Amino acid sequence: MDRAGQQQSLTTAREAGMVGCTYCGLLLPMDQAHCPRCGAGLQSRDDQSLQKVWAWLLAGLIAYVPANLYPMLRTTQMFHTTESTIVGGVSDLIHHHAYGIAFIVFFASVVIPIGKFIVIAYLAYLMSRPHKSDPHRLHLLYEVVEFIGRWSMIDVFVVAILTALVQFDVLATINPGIAAVCFALSVVFTMLSAQSFDSRLIWDRLEKGSFHG
Amino acid sequence: MSGDNIACPVCDVMYHLPPELADGETRCARCGYRLTLGQSEAITRVVGLALTSVVLMGMVVFLPFLDLEAGQFSNSATVYDAVMGFSTGIMMPLSLAVMGFIIVLPLLRFGLLIYALAPVVLHRPNAPGANAALRVAIRLKPWAMAEIFMVGVAVALVKLAGMATLHMGPAFWAFVGVVVVAALKDTLMCRNTLWTALANNKA
Ligand SMILES: [Zn+2]
Ligand SMILES: [Zn+2]
Repeated sequence: MDRAGQQQSLTTAREAGMVGCTYCGLLLPMDQAHCPRCGAGLQSRDDQSLQKVWAWLLAGLIAYVPANLYPMLRTTQMFHTTESTIVGGVSDLIHHHAYGIAFIVFFASVVIPIGKFIVIAYLAYLMSRPHKSDPHRLHLLYEVVEFIGRWSMIDVFVVAILTALVQFDVLATINPGIAAVCFALSVVFTMLSAQSFDSRLIWDRLEKGSFHG
Repeated sequence: MSGDNIACPVCDVMYHLPPELADGETRCARCGYRLTLGQSEAITRVVGLALTSVVLMGMVVFLPFLDLEAGQFSNSATVYDAVMGFSTGIMMPLSLAVMGFIIVLPLLRFGLLIYALAPVVLHRPNAPGANAALRVAIRLKPWAMAEIFMVGVAVALVKLAGMATLHMGPAFWAFVGVVVVAALKDTLMCRNTLWTALANNKA
């Protein structure tokens, strides 16, 4: 595999008074507003990036609270209705010795969302001033968050499938709870938060001389 | 402005990529982003796989997905049923969102890719708005969640295993096909190659 930069020194487009298209990569003069190759709007840096990150993150956090307090599923068996929250559903699975699945649901619905809140907040906080952290580590954190965030949607889909399948009158009926809506919104908001983050800031805000490349 | 000069979209480092370098696999020296995949012949396969996905997705929508039996009760659900499970009252927006994530957005992505790239493969002039179509297809990638839905199905099957007998319908296997084909297609998609091909096809 060729490292494209091996023979070249690393200069950013911004340092050279240029701007790179984030869709197709084409390098263009700074004053150009639209990319002639793919038509995307050009911005050397997204100035509002951090405000957008914080706003979506806050929205995601607000939606995550009721998602955990209210029931995700309402199961009616023999005229008796039980409601289960996200965490309640996980403990049911453990009770039925389905440890692997319990782990998947717990990871997707609790570990990923909370981890994501913490990591995005950490990155956005660091970017508000010059930092001395290893940019590779920060970039890796960001990539993991961006890649894994959408997988939180698993539990919403589980609720949808259970609701469709389990409709047997008195024997058993499953209906969705309001937490399913809140949880789906929380996932969407945090995905938007991660997407608003301009990764080029990680290197821009690095204090001179603290790390190489 | 030559297409040989690019900037890494992740960290903004500039590169000069002459065609002989862009035809191979290159990564950004600073952040490791894959700048080029260098499979110019892959466009044909991307279009072919997108077409396959559309056909499979058509089967998913119209054929039975899962069959559930509990005692004398039996219930057969299509994916449409699964999605419309939320469709009462305030749950309606969620139904539409789930429908979007697992059917509409994946289908839209395949359609846009075919619309933008099929003329290149067939040596025809670009379709009007081909650029915008490819941009939207790239932008939609994280929002198409077919593979996540599949994991959700697996979890639901385990949850129901104790109380009922389940049979997978043809739509279930078609959906597995969509997930596999779409993943294969995404590994072949090199943005630099696609945009270069689209730009060069204008003549
Ligand atoms: Zn562009
Ligand atoms: Zn880079």
